[in-house]
Amino acid sequence: MNTSTLPPRTASAGDQGQQKGSVTKPGWFLVSPSVLLLLVWMVVPLGMTIYFSLIRYNLLNPGENEFVGLENFEYFVTDSGFFPGAMNTLLLVGSVLAISVILGVLISALLEASEFLGRGIVRVLLISPFFIMPTVSALIWKNLIFHPVSGILAAVWKLFGAQPVDWLANYPMLSIIIIVSWQWLPFAILILMTAMQSLDQEQKEAARLDGAGPIAIFWHLTLPHLARPIAVVVMIETIFLLSVFAEIYTTTNGGPGFASTNLAYLIYNQALLQFDVGMASAGGLIAVVIANIAAIILVRMIGKNLTDKS
Amino acid sequence: MKTSAKVLLGSTCLTLGLTLCTSATAGDVTIATVNNSDMIRMQRLSKTFEEQHPGIKLKWVVLEENVLRQRLTTDIATKGGQFDVLTIGMYEASLWGAKGWLKEMDNLPASYALDDVFPSVRDGLSVDGKLFALPFYAESSITYYRKDLFKAAGLTMPERPTWTQISEFADKLTDKSKEQYGICLRGKAGWGENMALISTVANSFGARWFDEQWKPQFDQPEWKNALNFYVNVMKKNGPPGASSNGFNENLALFNSGKCAIWVDASVAGSFVTDKSQSKVADNVGFTYAPHEVTDKGSAWLYSWALAIPTSAKNDKDARAFTEWATSKEYAALVAEKDGVSNVPPGTRASTYTDAYKKAAPFADITLESLKAVTPKAPTLKPVPYVGIQLVTIPEFQQIGTNVGQQFSAALVGSTTVDAALTQAQSATERDMKRAGYPKKG
Amino acid sequence: MMTLKQSRRLQSVLLGTLSWVIAALIFFPIFWMVLTSFKTEIDAFATPPQFIFTPTLENYLHIQERSDYFHFAWNSVLISFSATILCLLISVPAAYSMAFFETKRTKSTLLWMLSTKMLPPVGVLMPIYLLAKSFGLLDSRIALIVIYTLINLPIVVWMIYTYFKDIPGEILEASRLDGASTRQEIFKVLIPICKGGLASTALLSLILCWNEAFWSLNLTSSNAAPLTALIASYSSPEGLFWAKLSAVSTLACAPILIFGWISQKQLVRGLSFGAVK
Repeated sequence: MNTSTLPPRTASAGDQGQQKGSVTKPGWFLVSPSVLLLLVWMVVPLGMTIYFSLIRYNLLNPGENEFVGLENFEYFVTDSGFFPGAMNTLLLVGSVLAISVILGVLISALLEASEFLGRGIVRVLLISPFFIMPTVSALIWKNLIFHPVSGILAAVWKLFGAQPVDWLANYPMLSIIIIVSWQWLPFAILILMTAMQSLDQEQKEAARLDGAGPIAIFWHLTLPHLARPIAVVVMIETIFLLSVFAEIYTTTNGGPGFASTNLAYLIYNQALLQFDVGMASAGGLIAVVIANIAAIILVRMIGKNLTDKS
Repeated sequence: MKTSAKVLLGSTCLTLGLTLCTSATAGDVTIATVNNSDMIRMQRLSKTFEEQHPGIKLKWVVLEENVLRQRLTTDIATKGGQFDVLTIGMYEASLWGAKGWLKEMDNLPASYALDDVFPSVRDGLSVDGKLFALPFYAESSITYYRKDLFKAAGLTMPERPTWTQISEFADKLTDKSKEQYGICLRGKAGWGENMALISTVANSFGARWFDEQWKPQFDQPEWKNALNFYVNVMKKNGPPGASSNGFNENLALFNSGKCAIWVDASVAGSFVTDKSQSKVADNVGFTYAPHEVTDKGSAWLYSWALAIPTSAKNDKDARAFTEWATSKEYAALVAEKDGVSNVPPGTRASTYTDAYKKAAPFADITLESLKAVTPKAPTLKPVPYVGIQLVTIPEFQQIGTNVGQQFSAALVGSTTVDAALTQAQSATERDMKRAGYPKKG
Repeated sequence: MMTLKQSRRLQSVLLGTLSWVIAALIFFPIFWMVLTSFKTEIDAFATPPQFIFTPTLENYLHIQERSDYFHFAWNSVLISFSATILCLLISVPAAYSMAFFETKRTKSTLLWMLSTKMLPPVGVLMPIYLLAKSFGLLDSRIALIVIYTLINLPIVVWMIYTYFKDIPGEILEASRLDGASTRQEIFKVLIPICKGGLASTALLSLILCWNEAFWSLNLTSSNAAPLTALIASYSSPEGLFWAKLSAVSTLACAPILIFGWISQKQLVRGLSFGAVK
């Protein structure tokens, strides 16, 4: 009867469901393609990475691949850039999350508070930075905005008679945080804005008639409703923020010193510049461990919101 | 959204089918090159090559220098075979040629006139007398200065200045309130960025990267003097944001009239005298790179060259192209289409005709600098390595960049010169130990 | 004393103005980039920054002459859309089963999926490169499509799962009682309700594919190179480049930006985070 537009593998699952009766669990059959694919995707490179991390493998000297055990890990961890790198990673993730969620909620609330002229255009303007390529954003910020001689901010500073700030040299981490927040705030706004629009207007009116002020409404009605979207935003942003690389590569190159190096950049710097695949693999695995620890902590804090029914 | 998705899906499948059909044909040559203007010009003029050789189709991959280098190394080390022609420097040519990853450029036709190519450039691209890449252009470092500013202050630039003299000039020519900076030098961290320049400063102060036992020398007085000089002169007389200024940024500063003195690559000569991009085109003077206690290693040597990897799919046509692009005929073509001052500099003696020297006021200094460089004996004290502003070992990219990071931090002021040197010393020692030096011969 | 209506109006104007100011500030870098793309190189670097200048098209002409923009753009379009469609096809069934047939393993499966994204691409470059090489897939669109599908799969599954979870079970019960098969359930009931959510997920996936700059640079050379490679060829050459870079960036970002603007309107209109009838 129904012409299936699904690819073959799930069509069979549907049929099976139909044959066996109404409430079957097509569960695993539907999930398995994605799980299988991800498994292969994860296991094969992961396996290779683990293998590479245990041998000495430098691209420039192929053929000298003796087993060296944990030497690569030891070397990576004892690098003087490791600790700053780990700290900077957490700092970057934490700051951008805080900025994008807090500002995102505030700006979305501002937008939804009342109708005004050109609200649609404002919405569009606000989400635009998310569409720009990270390398392009970094280049714009570095050359056109942060540049202490010809950048916009330098001009503004000079307008007020102050000495322009050399952002990338003196405040490298802050500059990176600004650039990355600028990219991800629109994402938060997009998700939160659409979530806010689904807030039950009647409940709001009722509360207002009962005499609740706007702040109380916000605190007790809006925020709980936003709990799940916020959790989604936090989850997704964390994943991407942990491996921020392009922005650092394009602007500060991790410097000065190790001031703006994060783990991803450290791996690049320590290992790839030297084409030391062994150490790159070891670094990658260590980064995974740290990321997973951070993720577990995050999930503990907000995980309930993600998988419970509202 | 849904209907358009269906349409897209349909057209996607169709196109996928079509694209899968078109694969690389026999006469394709994939060229990987840097996005410098000489190479962009080569890309533009290569249509002439395609006209002369119907059946050869050129495909271009143009990337920024660091990305290119990483891509090329990844590809050649894994025998990926993605490229037929590589644009590399002397650093890669020596290392990869020694590993047998590059095809030897032997049996060149007499019309190619290999003798016309400068011996130092040829040497730099050879291993054991075998040439592994054909030079596209070569550069050394020279001093650019503003004749008008010097005249107004009653100063004269000597033909072979010392760094101390440069520092004195810079003191007199700096007026930060008018955005006039006495000296602009590279500060951006990178083995090919600030370290290229700082190495030449260090060389001229008598320092060297490693001694004959491959021990790093940052704890020695010569490096201390050199780095102190560099940091001090830049702090006093340099532009703000110097630690993120590489070649490009300094070029922009010089072209907009903000620098009185600039020491950098000789290729900038054609940019600073080009009225369409330089406000000071008529007021630029050129002289040798500064020296201090010695002039050995005070000017660097670098060349972009075309090489063919052994994993190339189409080496016959690739060879035809590389020969064409580095030939006298190509130089003549450039002179005809874009003016004689835009001919790729520094590789052939035949380039330095009177017409060229007239059109390019920096030609003489460049020529003499190129003749004088000695990459095999680059420093005052003896060293186990080849290379003036770099050390031709595979580990140098990372070592150079790490040290560059530290020195850049010293320039910013977030660390002291002494701390930067100590850090550079320990990091380099660590890396050399891991790489197994001094066991390697 | 203002009437309630007047004070409401004033509030609206104030909030509106504030919103406009914030939006202008956030949008400013993009505006400045587009503006710079119409300047000459000397103007682009001038201090103080020029808002009034003679516009020129020379940068765009230069790009046109030097690189085949449409080749890169077509690759980007092909790769992004194919990967997104493929990803959705695989994710919707998976999210369906996880949302409505939840087992004890669901939560951990979801978390495990997300953890596959924790490995920084930079650490796994070599294995993937070698794999691609052995399958002969270097510089091919297929390789990128496959990789993008896989790296976006966890996010897409997550997001669709969240949207599905917001739908009350009664709707599905009702349709099941009406005798609908699983296929019908998904297509005739679920997807129409979640149109907005699916659209925003698809948009997210598109953006991620379009802007992905690591694999696209490392696994392609000429045939399959998307717009990210075009940008890479304009950044940091020797010589002045800011105006040209702005021009090529504008060209690279414009398609997805315009697409996003258009579809965002549909999104906002169609999204109803769990409206029940």
